[in-house]
Amino acid sequence: MKDGRSGEVSARETVLAGIRRSLGVTGGEAPRRFEVERRLAEAPAGIVPQRGQGDLPARVATFRAEAERAQATVAEAAALNDVPAEVARFLREANCPATVRMGTDPRLAALPWPATALDVSIGPSDGRDLNAVSMALVGIAETGTLALVSGADNPTTLNFLPDNAIVVVRREDVVADYEAAFARLRAVYGKGGAPRALNFITGPSRSADIEQTLLLGAHGPRRLHIVIAG
Amino acid sequence: MTVVPTSARFQENAHEALNDARLQGAMVFARNFAGRRALAAARLPEFDRLRDSASAIKDHTLAHLDLYLEAYERKVVESGGCVHYAEDAEAARRIVVDLCRSLGAKSVTKGKSMISEEIGLNAAIEAAGIEAVETDLGEYIIQLRHETPSHIIAPAIHLTKRDFEHDFRARHTNLPPERDLSKPEQLLAEARAVLREKFLAADVGITGANFLIAETGGSVIVTNEGNGDLTQTLPRAHIVIASIEKIVPTLEDAAQLLRVLARSATGQDASVYTTFSTGPRRPGDPDGPSAYHVVILDNGRSAMLGGEFQDMLRCIRCGACMNHCPVYQAVGGHAYGWVYPGPMGAVLTPSLIGVAEGGQLPNASTFCGRCEEVCPVRIPLPKMMRHWREREFERALSPAAARYGLGLWAFFAARPALYRVAAGLVARSLRLLGRRKGRFASLPFAGGWTRYRDLAAPEGSTFQSRWRAKSGAVK
Ligand code: SF4
Repeated sequence: MKDGRSGEVSARETVLAGIRRSLGVTGGEAPRRFEVERRLAEAPAGIVPQRGQGDLPARVATFRAEAERAQATVAEAAALNDVPAEVARFLREANCPATVRMGTDPRLAALPWPATALDVSIGPSDGRDLNAVSMALVGIAETGTLALVSGADNPTTLNFLPDNAIVVVRREDVVADYEAAFARLRAVYGKGGAPRALNFITGPSRSADIEQTLLLGAHGPRRLHIVIAG
Repeated sequence: MTVVPTSARFQENAHEALNDARLQGAMVFARNFAGRRALAAARLPEFDRLRDSASAIKDHTLAHLDLYLEAYERKVVESGGCVHYAEDAEAARRIVVDLCRSLGAKSVTKGKSMISEEIGLNAAIEAAGIEAVETDLGEYIIQLRHETPSHIIAPAIHLTKRDFEHDFRARHTNLPPERDLSKPEQLLAEARAVLREKFLAADVGITGANFLIAETGGSVIVTNEGNGDLTQTLPRAHIVIASIEKIVPTLEDAAQLLRVLARSATGQDASVYTTFSTGPRRPGDPDGPSAYHVVILDNGRSAMLGGEFQDMLRCIRCGACMNHCPVYQAVGGHAYGWVYPGPMGAVLTPSLIGVAEGGQLPNASTFCGRCEEVCPVRIPLPKMMRHWREREFERALSPAAARYGLGLWAFFAARPALYRVAAGLVARSLRLLGRRKGRFASLPFAGGWTRYRDLAAPEGSTFQSRWRAKSGAVK
């Protein structure tokens, strides 16, 4: 193993030296280093589309329209406490069993699930769960995209294994664009930090690999239902 | 074992492709891409400015690539991952196979990765006695058929649903033979069920990366199926393989590129799943891989920096250039004979496997310019194909007839006004001539071309004049 490792170290040096030879640099040039450090520190935004901008009602309207364009279904609940009833309604109307799997996110755990007929179980998915409920960090108006982060409370498997993914986003968490989502991320994880997984999700899973026919439910959820709450 | 290139036989390959009725029937579906991209671009007023921004980010990163790689590596290590460097395909295969062995892997799932195709990874994994399962639907069927992808984002674009049905029946022999597989939905449901078992059983998941982010040490994959996420979330270990030019500085820079990637590729505003993965499972995490490795591949790319082909390293593998290429549309991807087809393949292949093997590909162009017009990172593909042609011309590798053709073309190309008029005249007369079949078997002055491939009859005016009219209309 030791040999293998030193072999890799030399591969690293070879690759970096090859890059530097072609670029005609040594890697020690102060202005280049300064430029790179500055960009990493400042993370300048480039061109940010107008589409997602606006006040909260405008952002929510755009988010909803864009998510529906991507074949998600969207419902609005007046308060977080109304979410369980909306989840029960969605599953009933979609003719799905009244079971849901979710993580330990306190925002979800605090909701009045026992007031519904839903059978709620807690934990990551092993592939046998039909329905999952997750909490989004933010919704992004620009493209109707949900941003979800992994963590002790939020298993990533819930976003991909169940047939029906139900994602709750708080109304106040609907932001304009990707840049705003990254700002929220940095507020939680610090500059340069990140969760293990940050999932941007726009609509249900799909494939067009067979004669370019668009089919929903490839390997991930067949349905994505978004509940905007609050 | 790597893919044995047949790029040097491009003319023969193209000839066979044009006479392959089944392939020609399948390629009809490849024509959907262009319209969808145009709609997505029209829906976003900032699209062209985003293309400029995306190109500038790539140029900046390439000019500082050594430093961004070092910064990226520091962040990966900080988040508990490992970075491995591979100078060439052989080294990359060895690193991945050694990792799989040391992890005690019996089964490996794979997300779609062109780098994996480039280095011939599946064969190496299987030679080590480990099962390798492609999980993207298109890649899965390609693997069942022992083929290579014919398109960089739609690997099975050369197949019809009958091909899927045939191969599924031949390979999924534990399923009832009388089952109905006549509809695409049924084929997808079967693949989903078969692959679900593979996902859950895999010990290692291997994905490529659309981007590597220096700021966070994260790798980004973009998919629609969700297969990449199951590949990298469920097994004990996640191995990322990516080439050096996938680095971008920050999350904001990735956002600029993401905004042009999906729109240019499939015409979606955003792909369904864009996943940023940073290191292995954290303490308390209920799922995710326990080990996270990144293999960074050079394989000829560092030598492209600083030279006339550096711009090619801006490529984000969206496939727009082949979706808009009359030659690709006519002959499909396999005729190009290696991993990367279409205009981007015509430029990249000679860089990566040498002009002797790949030098025929830059001739696979009508120089209509559409590839450059749609490339989200504004790679001057026709100019670069010309560079290769000139090199090939100097080396006198090409047959005399091709040299004659190039001489004629160069005469016009050096005189843009004349070229426009001549191209317009030719387009108009071709349109009249081609009205009946839409295709020509032979043309004066183009014998070198039509001897081996039909020339698609131009529809409407020349590209240049249409573009001018269109930009005028938009303003
Ligand atoms: S060359 Fe441009 S258009 Fe072609 S795949 Fe690369 S980025 Fe896309």
